[in-house]
Amino acid sequence: MERVILAMQDPNVGIKMRNQRLLITVIPHAMTGNDIVEWLIQRFSITEEEALHLGNLIVKYGYIYPLKDAKTLVLKADESPYRFQVMKSPTISNLITAIYLAKKNIRKQGDLIDYERDAYNLLHKRINHTWDFVVMQAREQLRASKQRRKADRIVLDCQEQAYWLVNRPPPGAFDVLERGPERGNCLNSRVQMRGPSVAYIFNNETFAFSGSFFKHCEQYQVHDPIMSGCLPSNPWITDDTMYWTMNADLVATPTKMRVERWAFSFMELIRDPLGHNEFVHFLEKEFSAENLSFWEACEDVRYGEYSKIPEKLENIYQQFLVPGASKWVNIDSKTMDRTLQGIKAPHRYVMDDAQMHIYFLMKKDSYPRYLKSDLYKNMLAKAIVPQETKKSVFPFMRRQRHSSPSPALTAHSGEDDGKSKSAGSPGGAVAATITQVEE
Amino acid sequence: MATEGLQENETLASLKNESESLKNKLEEERAKLHDVELHQVADRVEALGQFVMKTRRTLKGHGNKVLCMDWCKDKRRIVSSSQDGKVIVWDAFTTNKEHAVTMPCTWVMACAYAPSGCAVACGGLDNKCSVYPLTFDKNENMAAKKKSVAMHTNYLSACSFTNSDMQILTASGDGTCALWDVESGQLLQSFHGHAADVLCLDLAPSETGNTFVSGGCDKKAMVWDMRSGQCIQSFETHESDINSVRYYPSGDAFASGSDDASCRLYDLRADREVAIYSKESIIFGASSVDFSLSGRLLFAGYNDYTINVWDVLKGTRVSILFGHENRVSTLRVSPDGTAFCSGSWDHTLRVSAGVLVSVHILKT
Repeated sequence: MERVILAMQDPNVGIKMRNQRLLITVIPHAMTGNDIVEWLIQRFSITEEEALHLGNLIVKYGYIYPLKDAKTLVLKADESPYRFQVMKSPTISNLITAIYLAKKNIRKQGDLIDYERDAYNLLHKRINHTWDFVVMQAREQLRASKQRRKADRIVLDCQEQAYWLVNRPPPGAFDVLERGPERGNCLNSRVQMRGPSVAYIFNNETFAFSGSFFKHCEQYQVHDPIMSGCLPSNPWITDDTMYWTMNADLVATPTKMRVERWAFSFMELIRDPLGHNEFVHFLEKEFSAENLSFWEACEDVRYGEYSKIPEKLENIYQQFLVPGASKWVNIDSKTMDRTLQGIKAPHRYVMDDAQMHIYFLMKKDSYPRYLKSDLYKNMLAKAIVPQETKKSVFPFMRRQRHSSPSPALTAHSGEDDGKSKSAGSPGGAVAATITQVEE
Repeated sequence: MATEGLQENETLASLKNESESLKNKLEEERAKLHDVELHQVADRVEALGQFVMKTRRTLKGHGNKVLCMDWCKDKRRIVSSSQDGKVIVWDAFTTNKEHAVTMPCTWVMACAYAPSGCAVACGGLDNKCSVYPLTFDKNENMAAKKKSVAMHTNYLSACSFTNSDMQILTASGDGTCALWDVESGQLLQSFHGHAADVLCLDLAPSETGNTFVSGGCDKKAMVWDMRSGQCIQSFETHESDINSVRYYPSGDAFASGSDDASCRLYDLRADREVAIYSKESIIFGASSVDFSLSGRLLFAGYNDYTINVWDVLKGTRVSILFGHENRVSTLRVSPDGTAFCSGSWDHTLRVSAGVLVSVHILKT
């Protein structure tokens, strides 16, 4: 922020300072709120709203203070005068604080606000030994200020008031200097300003890769509700949960967009509960359903409970790896040997090689075939495109917002490792309840 | 090649000159290629139209600064934590509070929803990460069933469940990240390498699900292999603390937000920073970033109370959103991309949604 302030004060490009009027007094070397906003708009090519917001923060942080209504640190985009604060050292000694409060005390003849009085008394106790000095200084400053010209007096008073508002805000008020818990090894949080405004760097070598971002964005653009909206409507905007109902985990008829997404990548297919089930049907027809079961069992080992690993590995061995097993998976012999060896010393990642092998088998072989299959084509054909929700006749009538059962309610059925799909979908029971169509 | 010895009119010097000029020519050609491709890329990407984003829900109930939030996989519930030790689970759609827990510490800086939706994890100045199973049973006190999972030697800054309810990844002010087994509380793997407090982490959405990225006060973003505990990639281009990291939806890149008032995009395959999102008028740190579903937009919450929306591909700012009355401390897009939720030091959470007014289809 310092850089912005410096720019503002620069005689060439900064804000033009003039004598401003405050009621009948002329304040030298000041600027109006409007000046500040205009300068920000010009300098950073931003909107008035943003300039006002930024200007307000500059005032709140104490770099600029108002001469009118000095009690509230707010920037008004009008003719109210403002001045730049004189920045003092960040550490404020007890002595300085005491002098300030003592002055206030004398001026108000003992009628300080409670938090100020508390602070005053506390300091009085703490630095009692120098209290005479404090009072003397306070008196001296008050006397000197009486002798100043009115304009100077106003300026100094406002300056002082703003300074204390920022550095010692009253309890409960907004504290601009609050930082959060102490962080180790970090730089001064006062921002180091950057040079060029919008920088976009693209290197030749990364062009091939940047193409992939472009492709991804393009592919998903219509699926992105914020980019393209969603049918029938965005529940957050219209209060209508039809979108969620239609896209619930296990609906009978999915939407077209959803089925199209299954073709984007293998992950999209198997992470969608409906897609997953469809794929299982397909694999069953091809007599290779054990591949997916194996993969899931492996995921379960990787992400499941630590204590259950040996037991799970044993199950996998029995079900999938033993020669003649009911769901024997076809892994190449080298990987098989390595895996069998590994099981002797069971740990979470023992199945990784085999799992990877089977995963890529499905991805490169079964998955493309599925996409070409009648099963998928039929699904695509019967998938629906929802109608856009008609605007209600009475636009001001708010739709009732229906609540939905929490996934946690169904927690007791098959919780923990066993049932929860590694794909991370919410419990199956939730899907069942949400499929009731809401009015 | 030069084994035949010098020709008549050649001297060593002249050969050197020739090689220099050839090198220069090569660079020129390469530069031309740069320009052509850059131009092509910039051309292919049309500018986005106007956004109309509004706050659709305001969740009030925290008595103090909201520090962190996370979405449930059901796309409507969220968990949020605040400075006063309260962790609240909301149905953001109806704005009803469903659960509330009071932690025994203040500054609960991290919270996460379990994939099943049946539990939440949280932690902060207590240096621990605790998992609370969510229960609707009125007779049960949620705090009673709490599991203390992670133990660090400094504050907990971030936590996330992996693909199941059974494992948690944590980041801490003690400079390390760690993977824990929830049931037993056992440390499964620890990740050392940051030279200062680790402030954030995000799990990769990759097929093989083996990596995650972390950002810290040492200005570094590090990518880790979960299995071996090794740091496989590291990026140090930020000029200040990295407050937030988030993977691009495809998993090939990640974005970071930092106190240096910029957000950056790092390409993992190219192993370098590929974009900086900054503006001279933005002088406050970015506390939290997240991508829209397609990855075209980057939402970033800042310490100047605003949320800036960036066009990831073009590098320009699309929109600026006001509304919070204090710094935005956390921001997440919902799992189905229909909305995003921002939490702030002004004690509230806001769920905002909207749409592009005029849609430009990307040229092929």
